[in-house]
Amino acid sequence: MPEGTALAPCLLGCVLATLLPKVLPLSLLHGDSLPPLLRSWLSFVPVAVMAALVGPDVLFYQGQFNVGTSNLFLMVALPSLVVAWWSKNYFLTIAFGLGMVIAARATGLY
Amino acid sequence: MSVPVCLSPLAQGLHRSLPIMLGYIPVGFAFGVLAVKNNIPPGLAVAMSVLMFSGSGQFVFASMWGVGANALSIMAAVLIVNLRYLLQSAAEAPWLAALPRWQRFLLGLGLTDETFAVHVTAFQQGWRCNLTTLFVCNHSAQLAWVSGTAIGAFCGELVTDVQPLGLDYALTAMFLALLVPQCVSRLHVIVALFTAFLSIALRGLGMSQWNIALATVVGASLGVCLLLLKGRQDNRSSVPPRRVEHGENSHA
Repeated sequence: MPEGTALAPCLLGCVLATLLPKVLPLSLLHGDSLPPLLRSWLSFVPVAVMAALVGPDVLFYQGQFNVGTSNLFLMVALPSLVVAWWSKNYFLTIAFGLGMVIAARATGLY
Repeated sequence: MSVPVCLSPLAQGLHRSLPIMLGYIPVGFAFGVLAVKNNIPPGLAVAMSVLMFSGSGQFVFASMWGVGANALSIMAAVLIVNLRYLLQSAAEAPWLAALPRWQRFLLGLGLTDETFAVHVTAFQQGWRCNLTTLFVCNHSAQLAWVSGTAIGAFCGELVTDVQPLGLDYALTAMFLALLVPQCVSRLHVIVALFTAFLSIALRGLGMSQWNIALATVVGASLGVCLLLLKGRQDNRSSVPPRRVEHGENSHA
């Protein structure tokens, strides 16, 4: 494998490119004395980042943008939102979603 | 995430990481298989899961390495997909401000989309910071990730299909279950819908590495702008307490 020699340094660079973003803000920011506007901005990061992650997960089914009924994850996600809203129960919502996916595949619907 | 208060800190950590582990084992497995297919030795694939502990970053690395991309462009792509960690790490900082720096550093190493989401949700719901719970959750999740990778890298041919078990949906199910309680006000619902739409649109336009971080920055900024427009600085429970005292002061 001729490229084997280049793999280790490239990997090392990528480890740094991963760990520095994770570690730097947490260890360097004085989290309890940030300016109010920044704190307010950061308070919206959780809801924004979760929505940014889950949106494409649901609408790109098997790598393709799909808003039709053939998108199993979309068909499961919509009732899951209702279950999450009503039950306010974290595990129940996950179990409901997984159960629907398993059932849809076991019955050959998807 | 209503956790029975009687659970020990260790059990709380496992309770918190259980759905994450359920998702990490099959995704780690998929990474192990993909890495070996892309000419990465199995041992190094496992090392990546130990050292990087970053799903999307590792997948970007493996697929770019497989097509012979040069080292600099691989590193740049990995950095771009990991920019969202900068935001998550900064957003978690106010909650962990009372901890010494070396503990915050170690907790940062265990930060992923999933551990961030469960910890921040617990903090928002009034959970009192407990180091055991945080570390047990992070490291049991990483153990699942590394184990999945090892099985995929060393014996990927043993498991042919995880789809019948629905495990390819596990992490999506978890994010949905965490996203709904985030929507504590109409403002948060607007931010969630807008950010999800923007992230989908950016990915549809081919920005599959930038979309998460960029959509998050724009979405959070929209939230602040709308909040300022409403003229209400006080953002209720979603803003962490200004200063966490070390001593016992909860009965004041």
